[in-house]
Amino acid sequence: MKTTKSKAPMIVTIVVIAAIYAAVFIAEQILPPTSMLFTVLKKGATYALVAVSMNLLNGFTGIFSLGQAGFMLIGAYVYGIFTIPLEARPQVYQYFDGGLVQFTVPLVIAMIFSGLAAAFFAFLIGLPVLRLKSDYLAIATLGFAEIIRAIFQWNGLGPVTNGSNMLRSFPTFNDFNITDGQGNVTVYLSTLVPFIMSGVCILLIVLLIHSSYGRALKAIRDDEVAAEAMGINLAHHKRLAFCVSSFFAGVGGAMLAMYQTTVQAKSFTSAMTYEILLIVVIGGIGSVTGSVLSSFLFVACSEWWLRFLDEKQMIGDFEVPLLRNGFRLVVFSLIIMIVVLFFRRGIMGDRELWDLKFSGKERKRRAKE
Amino acid sequence: MQYNWKGCVPTVWDTVFPYLLSGISVGGQYALIAIGYTMVYGILRLINFAHGDVFMVAGIVMVYIAASGLPLWLCIPLVLLITVGIGFLIERVAYKPLRSAPRMSVMISAIGVSYTLQNLVLYITGGLNKQYPTIPWISETVVIGPAKTKLVTVVTPFLVILLVFALVTLINKTKIGMAMRAVSKDFETSQLMGIKINNVISATFIIGSFLAGVGSVLYFTNYPTVIQTSGAMPGLKAFVAAVFGGIGSIPGAVIGAFIIGVMENIIKGLDVILFKAGITSGPLGLATFSDAFTFALLIIILVVKPTGLFGEKVTDKV
Repeated sequence: MKTTKSKAPMIVTIVVIAAIYAAVFIAEQILPPTSMLFTVLKKGATYALVAVSMNLLNGFTGIFSLGQAGFMLIGAYVYGIFTIPLEARPQVYQYFDGGLVQFTVPLVIAMIFSGLAAAFFAFLIGLPVLRLKSDYLAIATLGFAEIIRAIFQWNGLGPVTNGSNMLRSFPTFNDFNITDGQGNVTVYLSTLVPFIMSGVCILLIVLLIHSSYGRALKAIRDDEVAAEAMGINLAHHKRLAFCVSSFFAGVGGAMLAMYQTTVQAKSFTSAMTYEILLIVVIGGIGSVTGSVLSSFLFVACSEWWLRFLDEKQMIGDFEVPLLRNGFRLVVFSLIIMIVVLFFRRGIMGDRELWDLKFSGKERKRRAKE
Repeated sequence: MQYNWKGCVPTVWDTVFPYLLSGISVGGQYALIAIGYTMVYGILRLINFAHGDVFMVAGIVMVYIAASGLPLWLCIPLVLLITVGIGFLIERVAYKPLRSAPRMSVMISAIGVSYTLQNLVLYITGGLNKQYPTIPWISETVVIGPAKTKLVTVVTPFLVILLVFALVTLINKTKIGMAMRAVSKDFETSQLMGIKINNVISATFIIGSFLAGVGSVLYFTNYPTVIQTSGAMPGLKAFVAAVFGGIGSIPGAVIGAFIIGVMENIIKGLDVILFKAGITSGPLGLATFSDAFTFALLIIILVVKPTGLFGEKVTDKV
């Protein structure tokens, strides 16, 4: 396949992505760190990874799973449990005598643990659940996420998970900033590092999609029976996709923990999964670029651009009606419904950044990351 | 020594009974929601994720209508009417345009509707807990054996049985019921036979929403606060009940709902029950698992017997 295509789109893609990373780095040094832009970029990068991992299942393998919040929860907790500094533990685990785990691991290793733990649970739950078809699978994975949420809140596991209390004091995105001796920040990296984290993970997913495994997954999505007839081991490939997707959802959960600075099991509800699913749909089911783009759009709209709808606005002496707290979300959900009903292909359909014709206009499109 | 209501030494049964009673009551309320799920699934093969939110909206509508000062005997029919209207509208706006789309799109649309309804209610209420109006008679306290409870607990199972009986009669004896049965057997053939498919689907949503409305009146009399997320958990549980009983089967949904309601409440009280029975010496915090249990049951039933207790075997053709 690669031999028949020209290399130009690939090069352009790389240039665009590099430019975006450079822009993020420069913006962070120039603009005040409290700017809303960085909140959006950090959360967007996190959601981008989770959305792409969900897209790997829903868009590329055709497994309609709604367990994402559960795997994120596992990832977030594993990250917190392994990285809270020892001196902070007595405070965090104040009801459980400082907790059971009395060591920490480096951040990157903790993130990998997050992913592995999520993948392990995915493997276990996949054994029974992946035999189910479409909507039964959706509801079973949704139920699994709820079970995980209950288990992590159980006081019996308190020495490890801190029961229903929150985990905090672990390293967050702000700890990536390089400081001098007095605690003044010399180089801001708190936005660039999450971009790199989720960029690397998304790259791995893209490589998987473009491997022979990825082609097998797409074959399963398009026609399960035909794929099986062609000699694709359905159970094996579905399990693989499910575990890989959960691995990255776990890593995404760890990033979410860093973004939020605290972790509490009760916030990982099915509403979170729905949000991520809607991001995937808006971006286009089956497009990595679309998922990334729409994550940033979604976060920017819900946290930033539509904020004005929540406050009273005056045009001259005229007070615009309806505007008050919560109106933003109403407008937002209506936009989502319009996309779902009338623009079912989403922003990108199933095309990717490197599939686009790079005419002058489209080159300016906001690109992957 | 403490004595129980009969003047005897309290038994384990005295501890279990109140939980059992509230379980039967909640089960009845889940049953009313579950029927909506099972009927829609039977006809459209769609998990109507928004159904739990319709149930919640019925609660909110009641709060606002009662606050407007209308007499209560007028409020309830009005709430049911509005709920039915909402259910009808949702189907027309969000599901009808997607009739020929893949099933996944319709399910996503249902999730979108659920998101929209929750946000709309958040906007209207400002995200605050709303106190559900007290409905006379069914809110009265009664004492049954060792349990003290609201009258609604006793009324619910009977009302549910009555409504289910009426519904089964409707489905088996009337023309629209016959059309529903035909459509759920074979969508396309029944269309060819001249059944107005859109009317049948609308009727299904109207019946489902009506029952969800009745369920919400009963449920929120027991748990009298309404917030935008109140519908999510009962909705999911009712769906599990529908799957448990065999999706598409109305008696199945009702029996499944009662089983789930009872089990859930027993687990809520398991700490106390085990303690009173002398099996454990301290609290284990098992009440956390009352929700999780429902879903564990779901996964087990899906793996062991995917068609549920009363479901018909469906084979997919290639």
